[in-house]
Amino acid sequence: MAKKRDKKFRWQRKHLLGLRELDREEIEFILDTAKGFEQIGARSIKKAPPLRGKVVANMFFEDSTRTRNSFALAAGRLSADVIEFTKKSSSVSKGETLLDTARNLEAMGVDIVVVRHGAGGAPKFLSRNINACVVNAGDGFNEHPTQALLDVYTIRQMRGSLDGLKIGIVGDIAHSRVAGSGIWAMTKLGAEVTLIGPPTLMPAQAHRLPVKISYNLDDVIEQLDVINMLRIQFERMGKNPFPSVREYSHFFGLTVERMKSAKPDIIVMHPGPINRGLELESEVADGPNSVILQQVANGLPVRMAVLFLVNQAAVLEH
Amino acid sequence: MWFGAIDRMKVILDAKQIEAALSDLTDSIAQQVSANVDIAVIGIRSRGEILAKRLSQRLSDKLGKTVPYGTLDITLYRDDLNDPQSDAQPTVRSTELPFDINEKIIILVDDVLYTGRSTRAAMDALVDFGRPKAIRLAVLVDRGRRELPIQADYIGCKVDIGPGQSVEVNLVDTDDKDQVIVK
Repeated sequence: MAKKRDKKFRWQRKHLLGLRELDREEIEFILDTAKGFEQIGARSIKKAPPLRGKVVANMFFEDSTRTRNSFALAAGRLSADVIEFTKKSSSVSKGETLLDTARNLEAMGVDIVVVRHGAGGAPKFLSRNINACVVNAGDGFNEHPTQALLDVYTIRQMRGSLDGLKIGIVGDIAHSRVAGSGIWAMTKLGAEVTLIGPPTLMPAQAHRLPVKISYNLDDVIEQLDVINMLRIQFERMGKNPFPSVREYSHFFGLTVERMKSAKPDIIVMHPGPINRGLELESEVADGPNSVILQQVANGLPVRMAVLFLVNQAAVLEH
Repeated sequence: MWFGAIDRMKVILDAKQIEAALSDLTDSIAQQVSANVDIAVIGIRSRGEILAKRLSQRLSDKLGKTVPYGTLDITLYRDDLNDPQSDAQPTVRSTELPFDINEKIIILVDDVLYTGRSTRAAMDALVDFGRPKAIRLAVLVDRGRRELPIQADYIGCKVDIGPGQSVEVNLVDTDDKDQVIVK
């Protein structure tokens, strides 16, 4: 899988803010590095020492199960100390600003800040104002780079490469930071991406992205090698973007019936949490084509790789 | 074999001599292993990996039983990871140990033994996989000048080389031919 890389290549980013700004070589370097971390979870002592003595702060201003725990475990397996920070249990509820909060954490000697925030650009803002490494764990509708990385890592695990694969991203594209990062990761690695959903859930400038667009899942499903079903994000939607949940499910839900028109080996993905019966029927979510739990498992080595690499870049900067 | 001090670029082992060195290493390892103990060979990436594969084949033939081999990537255990002076980009690669190391005698294989720091890292990495009965160190070239209290149990050739020079082990599998050169 790992190709020969230019010997002069050097990972230089001490922040991971998004995948739009990364080139193919950088994305592949993260994925190849993650491969090296895979076996740590399989041995008797599931820990390695490269971040020993470092402190990782998990700053989550929005709810999360998978991403927050996955980052915490990834940091722990690299021997870092982890500070857990959530909006509800912190002074943010007393009105402390994002920057003040981060500066205070930094004063405690935090080396890497993993941040999730409702405002797009919050991680970038932090990266310009503090010295610690910043890793974006999801910002607004913008990007969620580690989710997209674990998605392409999973696809690469299944198919060896993304070159020439046809990938459909279905559903609430406009509100999806998973799509926001996924589009870049997938197209940069050579896949052809089609965004599929009702016009009301397409991003305003979708035609400027390097993707195809379809408003009808049944038109394109038979061509797809991979289908990534996004969650309908009720919490982010304004007025009704579609007439009813049943109607959405009828046209864009992945059902057993619809799977009959797909390639028999189509890979079914979902970033979680699933609205069962809405975008994804339970039989499909738990069926043989689904790699949803494999995605979650792959989140660990991918996040370990990211934490390891940003720290390496920070070390070399001194 | 002892070559004494060497001061300019030179081939110190050719293909035949590497062959002979591996044969000697195999004999000395085999002599010290009793029949009822399981042994396994583990090479440190990347040249040690190839040498480990060759040694495991020779040992399997000699002992009349399969001696498994594995590969160890020590990047995460290096002591210069947080050292801004170190110039190389560390590339994490996979460790492949397709067997249980508990209760086995592990022959750890590296191409060149120098400061001893790689060996230290490799031992730390190994014990995270289990508790071997013993770890023994086999190297193709011992160039001296240790910085840690570590010595090899089995040595292909010994040569004293100053810090300004480097020892390069080329092997057919990755470099077209077998040879050891000093630059």
